[in-house]
Amino acid sequence: MIFSASIQVMPLKALLDPQGKAVSASMKNLNLSAIENVRIGKNITLQVTADTETEALNMVTEACKKLLANPIMEEFEISIKAL
Amino acid sequence: MKFGVVVFPGSNCDQDMVDVLESLKVKHQVNVVKLWHKEHDLQNCDMVILPGGFSYGDYLRSGAIARFSPIMQEVIAFAGKGGLVMGVCNGFQILCEAGLLPGALLHNNSRKFICKNVYIKPVTDETYITSKLNTNKALKIPIAHGEGKFYAPDSEMKAIYDNGQILFKYCDALGNVTAESNPNGSIDNIAGITNKTKNVFGMMPHPERACDPYLANTDGRGIFDSILNSMALF
Repeated sequence: MIFSASIQVMPLKALLDPQGKAVSASMKNLNLSAIENVRIGKNITLQVTADTETEALNMVTEACKKLLANPIMEEFEISIKAL
Repeated sequence: MKFGVVVFPGSNCDQDMVDVLESLKVKHQVNVVKLWHKEHDLQNCDMVILPGGFSYGDYLRSGAIARFSPIMQEVIAFAGKGGLVMGVCNGFQILCEAGLLPGALLHNNSRKFICKNVYIKPVTDETYITSKLNTNKALKIPIAHGEGKFYAPDSEMKAIYDNGQILFKYCDALGNVTAESNPNGSIDNIAGITNKTKNVFGMMPHPERACDPYLANTDGRGIFDSILNSMALF
């Protein structure tokens, strides 16, 4: 079976997110200063062939831990569905 | 002594590093080879250097993809056996991604790519790359990075201090480690660290760019002199 996964990688909450901070500051220029605490991460989509959803999830989790996210600075969340 | 300078797609400080190492030949028995990232052979080098640049376009995170290139599997095994490995700038980022050094390099606090001379103070003269340095004298060395803010969680910072793993701290011209002299927001002004076993070294500043009298700055020489000195000493 082929599964599709969407992975959200976000900077850890404890760390400064310079991109998010810059975008937060620019909200004032849009007269939208009620918007704050912008944080910017990445969204990664991929397809994986596996016999079961658990097997697919295990592979995607391994990819996240080894390459797609760095646990020292980022956290990740995976959503997966069969195609 | 044989040096190997690894070349990744996107490395751009490899030739500067080779030039400096070649210049050591005048006084010392030194041999330098370039090691292509697809190779599996470290060619019996005594020290492997990962140069600065933008390996794999810095895609995903700086150093994240380079860390899995074929040569890096050999570098990791070499370091595990006590082999000497040094990373400058992008090389430092790759060593952290590979887990050979603790912590990570985050985006600079200023959100800007910073390219300028800064001062760094050697914290120890008891490692291979600092053995000839004066811990009371600031070195003027250029930095050129967008992601150079050293960060490690509290638990790792404690181990870094307990094991004496800090090599350099950003400072002012007089050697005072101050908040104003920290260019990128690195935790405790850290500019370079080593691993627990003190055979892997990483630093964000570029000593290879401060070794030629024509560039009016030779402060980087001390680091290369330290390596040669240590090889004879240890």
